[in-house]
Amino acid sequence: MSGRNSIMLWLALAAALIASLLLPLQPLLDVDRGLAKAVLIELRLPRTLLALVYGAMLGASGAAIQALFANPLASPDLTGTTSGAALGAVVTAYLFGFAAPLALSIGSVVGALGALALLLALAGPKAETATLLLSGLAISALAGALTTLALALAPSPFAFYDAYDWLMGSLIDRSLDQAAFAAIPAVLTITMLMRLSPALDRLALGEEVAQSLGDNIVRLRLMVVCLSVLGVGACVAICGAIGFVGLIAPIFARRLTNGHPGRAILGAALIGALLLNLADLVVRLAPLGRTLPIGVVTALLGAPFFLWQVAHMRWRLSA
Amino acid sequence: MLEASDLAIPGRLFDASLRIAAGELVCLVGPNGSGKTSLLHALAGIGRPSGRVALDGVDPRQLGPARRPRYLTYLPATRDVPWPLIARDLIALGGGEANLPTLELGGLLDRRMDSLSTGERSRVLIARALAPRPKLLLLDEPTANLDPLWQIRLMELVREEISAGDRAALIAIHDLDAATRYADRILVMDRGRITAEGLHGPHVAAIFGIERANGAWRPVRPSADPRSSR
Repeated sequence: MSGRNSIMLWLALAAALIASLLLPLQPLLDVDRGLAKAVLIELRLPRTLLALVYGAMLGASGAAIQALFANPLASPDLTGTTSGAALGAVVTAYLFGFAAPLALSIGSVVGALGALALLLALAGPKAETATLLLSGLAISALAGALTTLALALAPSPFAFYDAYDWLMGSLIDRSLDQAAFAAIPAVLTITMLMRLSPALDRLALGEEVAQSLGDNIVRLRLMVVCLSVLGVGACVAICGAIGFVGLIAPIFARRLTNGHPGRAILGAALIGALLLNLADLVVRLAPLGRTLPIGVVTALLGAPFFLWQVAHMRWRLSA
Repeated sequence: MLEASDLAIPGRLFDASLRIAAGELVCLVGPNGSGKTSLLHALAGIGRPSGRVALDGVDPRQLGPARRPRYLTYLPATRDVPWPLIARDLIALGGGEANLPTLELGGLLDRRMDSLSTGERSRVLIARALAPRPKLLLLDEPTANLDPLWQIRLMELVREEISAGDRAALIAIHDLDAATRYADRILVMDRGRITAEGLHGPHVAAIFGIERANGAWRPVRPSADPRSSR
């Protein structure tokens, strides 16, 4: 990433974070200083922090997974990782209740690992785009159906309402503790993924050449998969499944790194954080009188982009 | 300079041992599936080969990405590049610098790999393998996709590269005439083993099923095809 692009990106992210803390302005201008402080610290800060780390986590793991599969359409949501994590969270909640964040995150990490293991088994480590997407689609559909089944069989009639958050994602009403619970693994795994950047760049020369240059491909693959699952799983446990950010952020980020897939991890993390903050601003400022699930916003913005990307690949292939 | 012994990859390569002296250009010939690529893989540390490799006393397979390209580089037979990198960046990722005037890459260096023709892509990939100036060049079908002039230029370039300093090349190649013309030595592989050194009429007929007649290679006549009687 060139210095200028990098500075622009950091500035844009800083602006989005400030906007995310201050908008809408009205509650902060309330005569009651204590209330304004509570809004800022108790409500907005965790929400902004979650949008920051979850977006960054999705971007970074999306970039790493795309580099690993050598495929610009791989991402934690399209490969079924996030829906697997959501299934894991809902099943855990079914067993232990929603008030156990540790159990929930273990459940969602296990769900995500299961989904990714299934994907590797179905599509193989060097999957063609079509195989990868079809396998991911099948896994997502299966995880979605099982999640709905778990909800349908749930003893509490409110289970569906509770689980709604896990299906479409939500950053609202999370405490600072919960935000920290997602942020710590996310920051650690993003840092470790970034250390894999040079090896993932060399992987762009092909697996055999990367091995001949001295990279341990088996270890690299294992690291990327485990780090992505851990980081994304922890975020899903707190905020539910949010789609498309992990797909889009790396595609933009690679434009800033001349196509280097590994070097794009940092940029993808910044762009992912920016995107999720912007999506949350849309949720907050949309004049609908009620709250949109954030996953709906990212899907509404992301799906057309995804279709455009697929069409773009088709044109290039047929050209 | 290179001493390798008992190299093996289960099912594909069996107890191959070879030595290459400094300045030597060795060609590796053999029918499809005879283990040429597997031997190159075993030397380059691709997969999990067993056996010993010493290159000037060092096992290059123990070295990481910072040092290994100074010892050896490997050019695979495939010309596919999974990501559309810019040619210059691709060469840099291989651990070398893109300053090889001999390959005439000038106009190609700033283009994306997916905008190049197959032959141009080949030249960039070859430059990637040559650029770190390794002690040992492992090239799998380097002349594939190149036009006749470039085939000659490439083999002469490799010759020239390894004649300077303590360097050598091992080249897997199907073109027996090119092998004869450019190699100091020819190793013949068959069914996962190095079976002979040099191209000798009866042996070539036995392994490849071809013979020289009136200055051209022709299939050995079916009745005498030794491969059918194996």
